[in-house]
Amino acid sequence: MKKLKLVMVGNGMAGVRTLEEMLKLAPELYDVTVFGAEPHPNYNRILLSPVLAGEQTMDEIILNPLSWYDAHGITLHLGRPVTRIDRVRRQVVAADGTTAPYDRLLIATGSMPFVPPVPGKDLAGVLAYRDIADTQAMIDAAARYRHAVVIGGGLLGLEAANGLMQRGMQVTVVHLSDTLLERQLDRSASALLRQSLAERGLQFVLGARTQALLGHEDGPSAGRVRAVQLSDSAGRPVELPADLVVVAAGVRPNTALAEAAGLLCNRGIVVTDTLQSVTDPRIYAVGECAAHRGIAYGLVAPLFEQGKVCATHLAQMGIGRYLGSSVSTKLKVTGIDLFSAGNFSGGPGTEEITLSDPHTGVYKKLVIQGDRLVGACLYGDTVDGSWYFQLLREGRTIADIRDQLMFGEAAAGLAQP
Amino acid sequence: MDRHRLDAPPCASSDRAPDKPMSETRSTCPYCGVGCGVVIEHDGQQITGVRGDPDHPANFGRLCTKGTQLHLTATPVVLQHQRLRQPLKRASRGAAPQALTWDDANREIAERLLAIRATHGPQAIGLYISGQLLTEDYHAFNKLARAVINTPHIDSNSRLCMSSAVVGYKQSLGADAPPCSYEDIEQADCVLVSGANPAWAHPILFRRLEAARAQRPGHRLIVIDPRRTETAELADLHLQIRPGTDVALCHGLLHAIIRRGWTAPGFIEGHTEGFEAVKTLVHDWMPARAAQVCGVPEADIWRAAEWFATAPASLSLYCQGLNQSSSGTAKNTALINLHLATGQIGRAGAGPFSLTGQPNAMGGRESGGMATLLPGHRDPARADDWAEIAQLWGVDATDLPGRRGHTAVEMFKAAARGEIKALWIACTNPAQSMPDQALVRAALDRCELVILQEAFAHTATARYADYLLPAATWGEKEGTVTNSERRISRVRAAVPPAGLARADWRIVRDIAALIDAGLGRAPRLAAQTSEALWLEHREATRGRDLDITGLSWATLDRDGPQQWPYVGGATPRLYTSGRFATDNGRARFIARAYQPPAEDTTAQHPFSLTTSRLRDQWHGMSRSGSVPRLFAHQGRPQVRLHPDDAARLQLADGALVQVRSARGELVLPLQLDGNLAAACADIPMHWGDEFIGAQHGVNALTQGTFCPDAKQPELKFSAVAIEPADLPWRLTACVWVAADQGASLRGRLRALMPHFAYAHCLPEPGPDGLVGWCFEAASALAPAPEQVSALVTALGLDRPEVLRYTDARRGRLRLLRLAPEGGQAAPLQALLRIGPHDEGAWLLDLWRSRRPAAAAGRWLLSPSAPPTDAPKVSPQVCNCFDVREDVIRLTLSHCSGSPRDRLAQLQAEQRCGTQCGSCLPALRRLVATTPEEVPA
Repeated sequence: MKKLKLVMVGNGMAGVRTLEEMLKLAPELYDVTVFGAEPHPNYNRILLSPVLAGEQTMDEIILNPLSWYDAHGITLHLGRPVTRIDRVRRQVVAADGTTAPYDRLLIATGSMPFVPPVPGKDLAGVLAYRDIADTQAMIDAAARYRHAVVIGGGLLGLEAANGLMQRGMQVTVVHLSDTLLERQLDRSASALLRQSLAERGLQFVLGARTQALLGHEDGPSAGRVRAVQLSDSAGRPVELPADLVVVAAGVRPNTALAEAAGLLCNRGIVVTDTLQSVTDPRIYAVGECAAHRGIAYGLVAPLFEQGKVCATHLAQMGIGRYLGSSVSTKLKVTGIDLFSAGNFSGGPGTEEITLSDPHTGVYKKLVIQGDRLVGACLYGDTVDGSWYFQLLREGRTIADIRDQLMFGEAAAGLAQP
Repeated sequence: MDRHRLDAPPCASSDRAPDKPMSETRSTCPYCGVGCGVVIEHDGQQITGVRGDPDHPANFGRLCTKGTQLHLTATPVVLQHQRLRQPLKRASRGAAPQALTWDDANREIAERLLAIRATHGPQAIGLYISGQLLTEDYHAFNKLARAVINTPHIDSNSRLCMSSAVVGYKQSLGADAPPCSYEDIEQADCVLVSGANPAWAHPILFRRLEAARAQRPGHRLIVIDPRRTETAELADLHLQIRPGTDVALCHGLLHAIIRRGWTAPGFIEGHTEGFEAVKTLVHDWMPARAAQVCGVPEADIWRAAEWFATAPASLSLYCQGLNQSSSGTAKNTALINLHLATGQIGRAGAGPFSLTGQPNAMGGRESGGMATLLPGHRDPARADDWAEIAQLWGVDATDLPGRRGHTAVEMFKAAARGEIKALWIACTNPAQSMPDQALVRAALDRCELVILQEAFAHTATARYADYLLPAATWGEKEGTVTNSERRISRVRAAVPPAGLARADWRIVRDIAALIDAGLGRAPRLAAQTSEALWLEHREATRGRDLDITGLSWATLDRDGPQQWPYVGGATPRLYTSGRFATDNGRARFIARAYQPPAEDTTAQHPFSLTTSRLRDQWHGMSRSGSVPRLFAHQGRPQVRLHPDDAARLQLADGALVQVRSARGELVLPLQLDGNLAAACADIPMHWGDEFIGAQHGVNALTQGTFCPDAKQPELKFSAVAIEPADLPWRLTACVWVAADQGASLRGRLRALMPHFAYAHCLPEPGPDGLVGWCFEAASALAPAPEQVSALVTALGLDRPEVLRYTDARRGRLRLLRLAPEGGQAAPLQALLRIGPHDEGAWLLDLWRSRRPAAAAGRWLLSPSAPPTDAPKVSPQVCNCFDVREDVIRLTLSHCSGSPRDRLAQLQAEQRCGTQCGSCLPALRRLVATTPEEVPA
């Protein structure tokens, strides 16, 4: 009989994981077509940082080689960004005119780097940090140039900065807030992180607003960035030499395509607990481009959870419900152990247990509400992170192990009768 | 030549500045009544060392633990931070005292005393002085009170110490004169120690006793004490009587002596009176009955009686166990009866020998600086004695009070009633040492004017003073003292007084002069030197039993310390002729019926509490408490209880208990002590609120009830209840600081003590230049944030490098700071832990030991102790060389031969007990209980 047609726009981790889950459930249900804007098969974006840092190679981070697509009879269009969704004819159109009809459409276009609208943002040597191309560009620049400035002290920015430093550049991180990773760490942990990154050779200008990127007026490198101009926390102008500027000031869901197709978007393609767009039930969305209950997740764990649920519906086994994820963070900078989950910053109605050992560089904060662990922030020693994350998700009472909680699962075990 | 200047080589042990020229000055030790001679090493400005005076007949060069560390009570740090250095005045009670000049202080004090005198009469002014004053100071105070102010109310803390012995001697022998000499200890065949623990309280005499026993195979030692003290451990026979039953025991002993015909009829006939009455009295006290009352085996009473009566020479040594009692005089006379009945007196090695507690209690008695005494052993109850004094002092008899004044307890009661408006306290600490503290503090509160003349700045009494007058002290004063054997020694100044401090007699003289001037008359206290004062005192002894008119300071300088009476020469022993100091020359048997202690134990108060002394502390610790090393031996506040009683109350060793008497209560950690009898409790007398928090110290519990004859309060017996104190929260705050920061830190910690149900704040001896302070507290609820943050600041635990664990809701907090230097070997510098019960208590040992802290790793912040917890710091035995029990036992395990040989080997290897010897009894016990380990 004639198979249904499933088209996926986007060839990234969330989407491909969804396909894998779906193929497990219903290998023969669809003819699958995949459009990818990048020229690469699905790779592990998370591992770009180790690649940048020279700890892994591009080949090592490929998740699904081309052979995998063949083996599952998937039609793969690499390097062909989709430009239009025709919901009337139920087909997608790529930049090169390639079209593909669908019965079901899965949008997994991920996110795009946000580049603040500052003068000079289009100069040569100004990069975002999103994909293999960006990573390669940074690697090449590191081989030729000395000074790098990373705009943004979030996870991505710090990983980029660390990678470039590993490749021998002098790196300064410029950050709007006065604490690094303010969305992942409390001030104490953030201070420890900054200290140990500084010890590794990173420089920081915190509480600083980027005013402009300045380029070479003439000469061989005319048109290439040469400096970053910013105002420091006291509002004083500062100029940092920069042969390379990496902008890691956050990401935005990549929804242009969906909006053009008239799908309701609000900080992401609005989807239901079944990952269907609220506008067109034939169209599904997963990953960073999807907004579930107002949240567009940027971390891999929730995306995989979405993929699992979405797959059950694509496989016509409409059972799964996605109810959102509680997220935990790890920073992928070798030698720095950092973990945070849930409401680690506490607040009204919460209690805190803190432990700090400056001598071994360990800081831990557990946030408790009504005898339940609701948040954790670990620095320097994260071995118990997964245990805390489990307690946090299970919402189990910790009253009986409270005094041992800080000292990990083993110690708590001791406390059991 | 002037004997007190020596040119001996400087003592190697002294820590003096090498550039300054060394000299040495002979003086005496300011602690107990043994009156040891010391050689003070100094550079003229700073005392740098001390050693025993080899030529002093009391100690022949030996010193006890306290004495060997005397110079540590005069270090620059102590002088700067613990001494009272300038006159201070409080605008109002509780306000911080402000400095003022001597002239202003003297003028204001004179004016206020005159005003009170004018409004309320001289008797509204009371003077409470001390057995630690020199004889010359005593004489000055005596004149100030009776001749200048004209109040009869002058008494001394010797009232708490010796007055029963005074009255006992006077009643039985006719004069307040101990008939014996220390050399009698060597010459006695039988020594009876009653109510004394010389092993700890008079260590040098005990060394002499030990030596004598080693020399004399047949020597007998009988010890009568409710506690099995280290003195009792040396005894051939220990009569562990029920507290307060001494008189019953003596009557039983006398009964046995008479029954067996061990009396000395000739002596009784020839030299005594009143024997028949006593014989009748003790007729009913057959040993069986005495044994029942005293709770000792009857056979022991017979044996003790035989040993004492039949030995060629029997000596009795007694102290507070007899004196601090509501029947103190009866206890003294009952014991003296034994000597009289057996003729054990007036001979070498024989006699009733009262050991004094303070360095110059005797001098105070001689100079009559007490409510019940006049100079030269005169009696304020006798008009003719007053007349003689008036003549001696060159005043009209009608200018003198002419009557007895209030004794210590009476004086504070009168102040509490509002009759006494002004108290002038010198060289003593009644807010720590007087019984029934509730009354004492009410009295101090009610007084219009409290003047405190002190050497040390932070005594419990200082808080109540309107004026604080800085007094010179040991090493800074010239004068004389008399020790237990009637031996007068010169006290000499080696260095100038600390700060603006002045000699006590001079402070008295200056204010007395202003009072005389205010009354428009010539100074009645005109002496310009301490020697001049001594000469006035000497004149008062002319023709009396204590006549020293043959003695001069020149003689003392030339021939050294001398025993009174001294007319033609010194008198080592009294009553050798059999003639006593009574009018008819006969010693008197005193027939006093046994009276049980003033308060009996009841169902509500089932334990009889006694107060005792620690080996390495003295009195209220104003001086000995300034030496951290002296806390190393049993230096923690505790109440001791027999393990069986504790088991019945389900109390574990170290548990906090509440001790409650009819007068007050006190929370203390419990120490199990098998050396106590059942139903007995014991608290060392030293602990006041200087060290154990806002409680009123041990004397919150004790009673003011006193002996009707001697007016000495019953400090040795209080009926108390002991119950668990439900104080689950424990707080420990320890820190090592530079020695010169210790005092201010202690001040901040002490200020926090009132906020806790129990708290103590104790020093910890550290390596050079460091002192540790350990603040431990307990409370029913988690400590309040204000106190916690105050501690955090005080201990410097608000710095970034601090290790911390906090759980605010549970009130659990742990902050640790490692020493800045030392890396991995860095010890724990500061520690604050708050939590339930004794969780993390092991950290205190880690802090104390200064072992590398990093080794403990994550356990430092964990609620549980590390699995391989390092052994607790072993209890210190030898203070001089800081040798601890574990080392001693380890060494003994390979020492072989007789106990004496093994002790010798131990001392050769570890040096313990080879300097002051105070730990010898403990060493002997360890030898006895630690078998040699023969390798298999």
